[in-house]
Amino acid sequence: MAEIRVQDLRKSFDQFTAVQGSNFTIEDGAFFALLGPSGCGKTTTLRMIAGLELPTDGRILLDGDDVTFQRASARDIAFVFQLFALYPHMNVADNIGFPLKCQGMGRREIRERVAETARLLRIEHLLQSKTSKLSGGDRQRVALGRAMVRRPKAFLMDEPLGALDAEFRHLMCNELRDLHDRIGATTVYVTHDQLEAMAMADQIAVMNGGRVEQIGSPQEIYDDPASMFVADFIGSPSMNFLRFEGALHAGDRTITLGQCTLAVPELRQSHAAAPLALGVRPEHIRFADAAPLRGRVFGTEYLGTTQIVTVDTEHGRVAARLPSRTPVQTGESVGLAFTTERLRLFDPMSGLAIQTANHGAIGHG
Amino acid sequence: MADVAIENISKRFGQTQAIRELTLNIDDGEFVVLLGPSGAGKTTMLRLVTGLEHPDSGAIAIGGRDVTREAPGLRDIAFVFQQYSLYPHLTVFDNLAFPLRSPARRVAEPIIRKRVEQTAELLHISSKLNNRATRLSGGEMQRVAIGRALVRDPAIYLMDEPLSSLDAKLRAELRLELKRIQAELGSTILYVTHDQVEAMTMASRIGVIKDGRLLQLGTPREIYETPVDQYVASRLGTPQINFLPAALVPQVSAPAGTEVVGIRTEHVRIGQPQSGGMVGRIHRIEHLGEQNHVYLEYKGQTLITLADPHQPLKSGENVEFSLVDPLYFDAAGRRIATTVH
Repeated sequence: MAEIRVQDLRKSFDQFTAVQGSNFTIEDGAFFALLGPSGCGKTTTLRMIAGLELPTDGRILLDGDDVTFQRASARDIAFVFQLFALYPHMNVADNIGFPLKCQGMGRREIRERVAETARLLRIEHLLQSKTSKLSGGDRQRVALGRAMVRRPKAFLMDEPLGALDAEFRHLMCNELRDLHDRIGATTVYVTHDQLEAMAMADQIAVMNGGRVEQIGSPQEIYDDPASMFVADFIGSPSMNFLRFEGALHAGDRTITLGQCTLAVPELRQSHAAAPLALGVRPEHIRFADAAPLRGRVFGTEYLGTTQIVTVDTEHGRVAARLPSRTPVQTGESVGLAFTTERLRLFDPMSGLAIQTANHGAIGHG
Repeated sequence: MADVAIENISKRFGQTQAIRELTLNIDDGEFVVLLGPSGAGKTTMLRLVTGLEHPDSGAIAIGGRDVTREAPGLRDIAFVFQQYSLYPHLTVFDNLAFPLRSPARRVAEPIIRKRVEQTAELLHISSKLNNRATRLSGGEMQRVAIGRALVRDPAIYLMDEPLSSLDAKLRAELRLELKRIQAELGSTILYVTHDQVEAMTMASRIGVIKDGRLLQLGTPREIYETPVDQYVASRLGTPQINFLPAALVPQVSAPAGTEVVGIRTEHVRIGQPQSGGMVGRIHRIEHLGEQNHVYLEYKGQTLITLADPHQPLKSGENVEFSLVDPLYFDAAGRRIATTVH
């Protein structure tokens, strides 16, 4: 098992900088997700940790040892790819045992290790099956088994569930996390799917344009996004941004949005008059007749437990998540009230969050 | 626009009975979504309505006219496919105008211009009319594909998972747009999908289809709150409804004949002592952001429910919970009606 430390990691391909100066530490036994849209540098980062790509600059430490320029095979890391390739002419047991056979391990030991791996993955009953007869999920389990059987220090996974359909992906998410809880190996998991990252990871690094925008636990990232990019990328529907102009003063507990005065968490930072954005998550909006901020209902989307109501306001369109029992008519005028302590402010110019009293104070309890 | 009456349709392909005695009436101006897994017969239904397939038995009428034996071209239908295929060498304008310029239709050019411009405005792609079709984003391309169907003002629109090739954000945006356009134009739409969110958010009525059979037809709320059986109950709702053998939950006063209790997340109240006296162990908490998925172990079964992320729950902990107005099913899996609703 291992701690992975990434220091000032940089990677350029000709003119293009794929990763610009990443720094993070993945604790021993952690499930760490690299999350971001395509082209953000997450896969390049993972490939550098694996040794499949050499960094232009920076260091990678595995359990304190500098492995930056070590070959992939010398790193004792297992890589699980998006498209799992199994050997079609071998049965499941031979597929799982193959990496050990290549190492020249004895037959009996291989058999024991394969049996143990199969037990962890709960696929003992499939060991003698042909791989061509397996379902998609079982193929994925066998591919995982082939990675696990070497007992590597860490697992690196590049969108391993990307090829599966939504319902099944959720099932495999649970299974992967359960497996992680059983074997406790350090795992670095690359995905563009925020739900996968939120559901499985202990820590998430959100990447954008080659840069790590924020690192934190799923709840920290959701509650206290460091930037508008992170706020927008996490959550479905994503955070609403109400645009307004104004100046902010440290110590203030209200802001002025057009004609309305709204309570916000106490400001810890002043900001000169400029276009600003008030960030509010859909579930922190409710309808209140007396609320000064008003809008017109554009549409409703029934989801069973809740409904998403889209409201057009002077400051932009917002999506609110309300109980589905709340009666709503398209076209009606409604007042919008917010859960004060959950509001966040952003500077759209820099894209960064403006510090308020709640930062870092929630999500830990 | 027109209504559609599908009467007792059956269709077999070799050994496979694709559609079984299916009856479905779509009112004028209604948005009906057929929801089912792959292989349920959704696409076959669309192909039967268009006339690309012929039923073995049964009849189809559009606007009161029996079209069962009519050629596809005569049925006045517009079809939007899963994979948008635009003419890459044409501009957005010409792509939209293409169906109107068909020699069979002979629409005058000024009328074409007017219709294309109206459609583009509706779809918010007016500024792109002179762009090459290949110079568009995925969402814009799919709008053009939908627009190509909309310019024609047919009797009915048929749509085969038109949003499935888009990413999640765009899909959410277009869902809302499509619903708005449908409401504005008063169009009749028959839409098929395997995505429950699309069905729930857009449909006037959902038809749940499985193995070529229509299991239930109703508004999203009816299907969600009063499903006919366990299968339909499990098709709608995230997380999926939990089923517990009634014997395990003697605390709930189930109606006679109940074998299975169906528990949706809104039927579970966690952490309110003195409430119902059921005690479960939290196996895992999964973050969704706005909510947490809580995996609750109870008498060897796992219940998945939602909880506020700021509610102090920890995995490994025992919590008390109770059930409020769950659904009840008999031995055959049919729901037993209660007077609570």
